[in-house]
Amino acid sequence: MKKKNLVCIVCPNGCDAEVLMEDGSEIKILSIDGCTCDKGKEWVEQELTHPMRTIASGIPVEQGDFKLVSVRTDAPIPLGKIFDVMTVIKRRRVKAPVNIGDILVPNPAGTACNIIATRNVKFTE
Amino acid sequence: MQTIKRDLVIIGGGPAGLAAAVSARKSGLDDILLIERDRILGGILNQCIHDGFGLHTFKEALTGPEYAQRFINEFQSLGIEAMLETIVLSLDKDRALTVSSKKGFLKIQAGAVILAMGCRERTAGAISLPGTRPSGVYTAGAAQNFVNLQNIMIGKHIVILGSGDIGLIMARRMTLEGAKVEAVFELLPTPSGLARNVQQCLNDYNIPLFLSTSVFELHGKDRLTGVTVATVDERFQMIPETRRFVPCDTLLLSVGLIPENELSLNAGVRLEPATSGASVDDQFMTSSPGIFSCGNVLHVHDLVDHVSEEAALVGRSVVDFLSGRTLSTLPARIPMVTGKDVRYVLPQNISGKEDVTLSLRVTRPMRNASVLVTDRGRKVARKKLIRLHPAEMIRIKVKAKDIETAEKLEVSVQ
Repeated sequence: MKKKNLVCIVCPNGCDAEVLMEDGSEIKILSIDGCTCDKGKEWVEQELTHPMRTIASGIPVEQGDFKLVSVRTDAPIPLGKIFDVMTVIKRRRVKAPVNIGDILVPNPAGTACNIIATRNVKFTE
Repeated sequence: MQTIKRDLVIIGGGPAGLAAAVSARKSGLDDILLIERDRILGGILNQCIHDGFGLHTFKEALTGPEYAQRFINEFQSLGIEAMLETIVLSLDKDRALTVSSKKGFLKIQAGAVILAMGCRERTAGAISLPGTRPSGVYTAGAAQNFVNLQNIMIGKHIVILGSGDIGLIMARRMTLEGAKVEAVFELLPTPSGLARNVQQCLNDYNIPLFLSTSVFELHGKDRLTGVTVATVDERFQMIPETRRFVPCDTLLLSVGLIPENELSLNAGVRLEPATSGASVDDQFMTSSPGIFSCGNVLHVHDLVDHVSEEAALVGRSVVDFLSGRTLSTLPARIPMVTGKDVRYVLPQNISGKEDVTLSLRVTRPMRNASVLVTDRGRKVARKKLIRLHPAEMIRIKVKAKDIETAEKLEVSVQ
């Protein structure tokens, strides 16, 4: 039996999770202690098998009342794909207007998410 | 100079001001004016493009701009008046304001005022960093503004002093933008920011965090070339033999936030040393009648959800005050005091006539302990917690029926 400690990132509570697993290379969870919600337990299971994260960045806007439109992934992406997704975000340029929720890049780097706008940017001359 | 009258003037259009305005309008108040110095509403949320906002309020993880927009939409759909690009120059105890905008100066006589100006970052000057004065030294929030709003990259090799949440968030942000974050140094033996941010902003990107370590000298003539860091002992004194040079072109400071209360002081508002914010009663009214305070200008919060909730309560309180219901029926006669391991508790005085939610912070990290509210030794409320941390505000409800006869309430950790 082996033990692993994780800090849950689901919410600002940041619960300290203590996981007991069977020995061996395959991950077999015996118990999860310290999580105070079910979402946290789900996150811990996911974190041990294939960790996922959401990321946020910005994309330059032409003729907007902001220079950048802030963006985020609308679903978590694999931790190991973050920099591939960032490369796609960095190449993108958009034209105003942009509205919150607009899909600016579908499925970046082959991930099952969209890059969506998180700010309204109005058109200006 | 032109003088206008308003029932309620709200100073600041960030999350606190917006939520207070919306709540006051929904409680039946028509004549509301919100004053904001920026060209847009939303305050600091506009530059906080990371997610994690709104988990309590909206049950989803929004970014700062999205969270702000929900309140801005509500504010605008209720037809509340806002003056943008307008600065309040003065406020007196009789609630007379002088404001300046592109149209010129204006005097406003308010029936009630809500202070919602937020807070400022502690700067390099405020922490007296020795060494040269090169470019490349920024507060984390200023850097966040450059990178997230103005599309200006601020450096390539970055050192961060202080492990506050904004510093941790910026460590990740700069890494994603292609900069190398060499390390985060924290004077205290524990991280100042939330544990989840240490995990997802530092550990995910292999950024080292050095605790009990601080920056002791800046180097560089025009641009920063590096910093001298060293470990400290229990009394925060530098251990000389641990001094080492860390090359970098940029230093970000995440060393604390201070409520911005210059206006409040001129209005005769009494401030609390522990919070640097106003002393308030359970209606969130300050020592100057008719002047209320909420959000980060009252005490620095870690969650915007709590700011919105607090401000909504203040919006309702103001409507009660303006209709003459507050002062006569709810004198705040019970003082709240801090006991063992509690750094501050808010409100500082309560009426005992209504249920109240206390906000408090502990002095040090603890595990498996209870926050206890007592009246002369009698237990009034208790909250058991697995983890207690100074970075995490604790809230505890106290019922009116338990404190009707209370003389003084003490909050402590047992």
